[in-house]
Formats: sequence, C-alpha cells, structure tokens
Amino acid sequence: MTTHAEHPATTGPRVGRSLGARLRGRQNQNLWFWVFVGPFVAGLVLFIYVPILWSLYLSFFSAYNTVTPTEFVGLDNYIGMLKDPSFRSSLWTFIVFAAFIVPATWALSLGTAIMVNRTRVAQAFFRSVFFIPTACSYVVASLIWKMSIFSGSSTGMLNQALKAMGSDPVLWLSVTDPPWYWLVIVSVRIWLQLGFYMILFIAGLQRISPTLYEAAAIDGATGWQQFRYVTLPLLRPTSTAVILLLIINAFQAFDEFFNILSTMGNYPPYARPPLVYLYYIALGSGQDFGNGSAGAVILTLVIALVAIVQGRIMRLGKED
Amino acid sequence: MAVVDRSATHRVGTALRYAALIVATILFLIPFYLLLRNALMANTDYSSPTWHWLPPSIHLENLTNLFADPNLHFARAMWNSTFIAVTQTIGVLIISGLAGYGLARIPYRWSNAVFYTITATLLIPAAVTFVPSFVLVSSLGWISTLRGLIIPGLFQALATFLFRQFFLSFPKEIEEAAFLDGLGYFGTFWRIVVPNSLGFAAAIGTITFIGSWNAFLWPLVIGRDAESWTVQIALSTFVTAQSANYAQLFMGALVAIAPLLLMFLFLQRWIVAGVERTGIAGD
Repeated sequence: MTTHAEHPATTGPRVGRSLGARLRGRQNQNLWFWVFVGPFVAGLVLFIYVPILWSLYLSFFSAYNTVTPTEFVGLDNYIGMLKDPSFRSSLWTFIVFAAFIVPATWALSLGTAIMVNRTRVAQAFFRSVFFIPTACSYVVASLIWKMSIFSGSSTGMLNQALKAMGSDPVLWLSVTDPPWYWLVIVSVRIWLQLGFYMILFIAGLQRISPTLYEAAAIDGATGWQQFRYVTLPLLRPTSTAVILLLIINAFQAFDEFFNILSTMGNYPPYARPPLVYLYYIALGSGQDFGNGSAGAVILTLVIALVAIVQGRIMRLGKED
Repeated sequence: MAVVDRSATHRVGTALRYAALIVATILFLIPFYLLLRNALMANTDYSSPTWHWLPPSIHLENLTNLFADPNLHFARAMWNSTFIAVTQTIGVLIISGLAGYGLARIPYRWSNAVFYTITATLLIPAAVTFVPSFVLVSSLGWISTLRGLIIPGLFQALATFLFRQFFLSFPKEIEEAAFLDGLGYFGTFWRIVVPNSLGFAAAIGTITFIGSWNAFLWPLVIGRDAESWTVQIALSTFVTAQSANYAQLFMGALVAIAPLLLMFLFLQRWIVAGVERTGIAGD
C-alpha cells in the first residue's frame, strides 16, 4: 500500500493548512481513513459497544424500571437466572427446537438444491417457487399458519382435511400432549428458510467440477455413491456455514413463536425459547433490566460456546 | 453424469425427481393460495363451517376497508415501513460502503485494530443485544420514534465486512491510474469505484431492504404507540388479538408482502447474489 505515497507531486502546501487543504493533499491518509471509516465506527461504538457494556454493568445491579440503578447485587442476577426454572426451560426449548429444525432444514434444502440443480426443464421456475417464501415475513407466515392451515376451528385447512377423512379436529396450538405446536412452529420456519439455504447449496454445487462426476461415473459409482463420496465432501464448507447459521438463527427464534402462540397478549407457559423469555422478563410488566441483562450475557456466552464447539466438530470431521 | 448413464434407471430417476419437485411445489404454493383466497373472500365465507376452495364471491372492498379501518392505522404503517426500509437501505449502503472502502484501500497504522473491533461484533448475535439496545434507545428518548427504529440499524458490521472484501478484490490498477490523474481518495471512490460496484451494492441493498421490511423484534420493542407501528407490528397486533375481520387481515398481509414479491419478480438476480454473499460471509 505504499504506492500512493511514492507520488508526492500534487501534495498541497505544508505550512498552516486548513482542514480543507489537508483533505486535498493525498498524503493525509490518517485523516482520509477516518473520513471514510469514522461514521461507521462511531455508530458501532454508540449502538453496539456502549449498550453491551452498559448491559454488563446493569447485570450486576438490581434494576427494576430503571437504567441508572444504585443497588449493587454482585452475581445475584446471574445466580437467580441460572436457578430460574423458566430460564432453564427456555434453553431446553431451544435445544428441542434446534434438534428438529437444524437437521430438517439442512436435509430438505440440500435435497431441493440437488434436485433443482439437476433439472433442465423449468429450472428457474422451481428455483423461484422454493425461494419466494423468503420474501414473506414471519408475521405474515404465522398468520397463514395460525389462522388458515393449523387453525383449531373449521377455518383450518388441516382440520377440514381430517373432517373429510372422518377424524376429529385437532387443537394444533393449545394441546401439549402430544405437542402438536412443534409441527406448526417447525413447518413455518422450514417454509420460510428453505429457499435461502437452497440458494447457498446450489452455489456450492455449481462450484463442484463436473469432471469429478464423470470420473466417478466411469469408475462405476452409483448415484448414491456419487452423492456420498463426491457431493457431500466437496460441499463441506457450505454445510458447515449452513449448520452454523441454522443454529444461530434457531437460537434467536422469536417472531413465529410470539405470533403463533401468544393470544390476546398472553403467552402460554410452554414453548418459550430464550428470546421470548428475555422479552417478557426485560420488557414485559416487570421491566427487570438487571435480570434481563444477566440473561442476555448468559445467552451470548452460550451461543459463542455453541459456535466454537460446532467449529471444532466440523474440523475434526474433516481430518477423517 | 447424464452423458454416461442413459439407461432405464436413469429415466425412472428423472421421473421420480420431477414427481418430487411437483409435490414440493404444490406444498410450497399452498400458503400463497390460502393468503390470496382469504384476502378476496367475504369474512362470513371465511369463518363458515363449509370449506370453499375458491371464494364464493370476490370482495375487493376488503382492500378499501383495510385502509379505511381507523383501528388498524394501515396506511400509516405502510408508510412507516417504506420510510424505514428505504432510509436504512440507503444509509447502510453509504455508511458501510465508505467504511469498507476505507478499510480496504486507505493505509492506516491502526487499520487492522479497527477491522478487528468491527468483526468482533459479528460474533454476538444481534437479537441477543435487544435488551441493552432498548436500554440505550430509551435513555435517548427515542421510544416510538422513527429515529429509534432507523438509526440503530444503520451500523451493520456484516455489510461493512462484505464491502471491504469486495473492494479488496477490485482491480487496483484502475484506482491507481485515477490517483495519478489527481482524483484523491474521495474522487477515486466516487467517480471510479462506485460506478463499478453497483451490482454488488444492489445485492447488499436488496438483502438489507428485505431484512428491514420484515424486521419484527426491534419494531415491536421500540414502536410502542400505534403511530410508530410498522406494517409487521400492525398485522401482528391483530393476529395475536384475534381480530374480528380475518378476511381484511389477510388482505393486509397480502398488501404487506406485495412490495417484496414485486422485488423478487424483478430483482431476483440481485437478491440471489445478496443471499450468496451474506449467507457465507468468509467464502
């Protein structure tokens, strides 16, 4: 990067320069760096770093309805959070949700990508069909799922289908045994997200050289063997990224839980993922910023840990 | 592989693949079909115990009633969403574009330290910071304001990171020629780099717009008054409150996704590029 400095010909006068004159001189790289990068860094510090540090501070105080607390409580908020059965149950809800959504979305988006990528006729049409749901918001999709597909009343499509087959209607959202609401929650997210991950897998598939498949076919590899020994290993970087994104996104799930399960301002006591729990602690009637901040810190550590562990596992797998 | 294998099993495989694709297509289009059907129905037909595959009569007045309903504030909500998404998209492109270029091309002693300060925030999931961000924004007095909805979302570390990576791959020779012509950093950026980066900016811009239009948690936390509701919050309020007129609510949902459906129809190329860039950042 020294090339610029080697051409001092147009540098302005050096003595007593105003800001304007300094900006005209190309030597003033430090100033120019901050002209370009400064606005972003200032915003990042104010809206990311300051809140995080403030929140870290709040997590050691008792802070009900106030952001300038005076009562220092040490680690009590953290201990309280970890002891709180509803906080632990929110982490359990995340684990159950991730156990469904991560493998299901991974397999379905990979399968769709392979099928669409191989298709010659109407490829653009099929790609668009699976991709367009990503345009929908969780709110709109939740409305369709809650009121029109899985509605417990006669307006629900699935209950109409059950009726046509002579079965009793199912209250999809309000029964907990069996927990049908998981079917609703998981299917809405698959519909919304599949296209996004399919695009990533298609991009990955197109980077695999066709000569590898030709060589495999000449060696007599079956379709499954080609998938197992060519496609899957060469897609590993894409798969790693997709799985990490799926876990992080599952961890941050809020919109569909909130819109599908809460009714008239009441959220049922079950199926509260971490962010829903945090929302009701910190921004519900309690406005408990001390415990809310402690919860946010714990959740950040959990997701960082998950990312590290997942990175390790995928790297270990690579060495096989 | 198709070149080598033209046997009967191959043809069966192709047929199965198309069958699977068609079944999946039908499943994926059902929600759109229901949305359209419900939006055009009379509310009485929607809630009747008899199932109608097609609306017995078309009720376009659901659309006019939607905008006329004084409880919904729908016109206001559409305007808020449009204003927020447009300003956030433009803001992110300018702020992250400049920052990405500075990090990629202007030599500075602490450039790496600044870069790590930025990328460190990528490790913290954005949604987890909503409690601390709410605390900050409320102490600024920005609750229920457009400022509070827009400004905190302008500083996207991922966009800056992607712009930096993109500008690093930009052919340096062109910029150096511009420099020799005396254009300076800003002149080179504005006259040479920007006109040649419009495709990349379109990819980042469409993804930012979609994210901003569909955002839910932050507008829910900040938009306390109905005046500051985005279209997502307005719809959500009526979904969770079990509104009386469902047909009208579905019409609202249809209107809410219409801008993005149009974008997908006309700008799909840039959206796909944006997904590929943002999905796998370090690739």
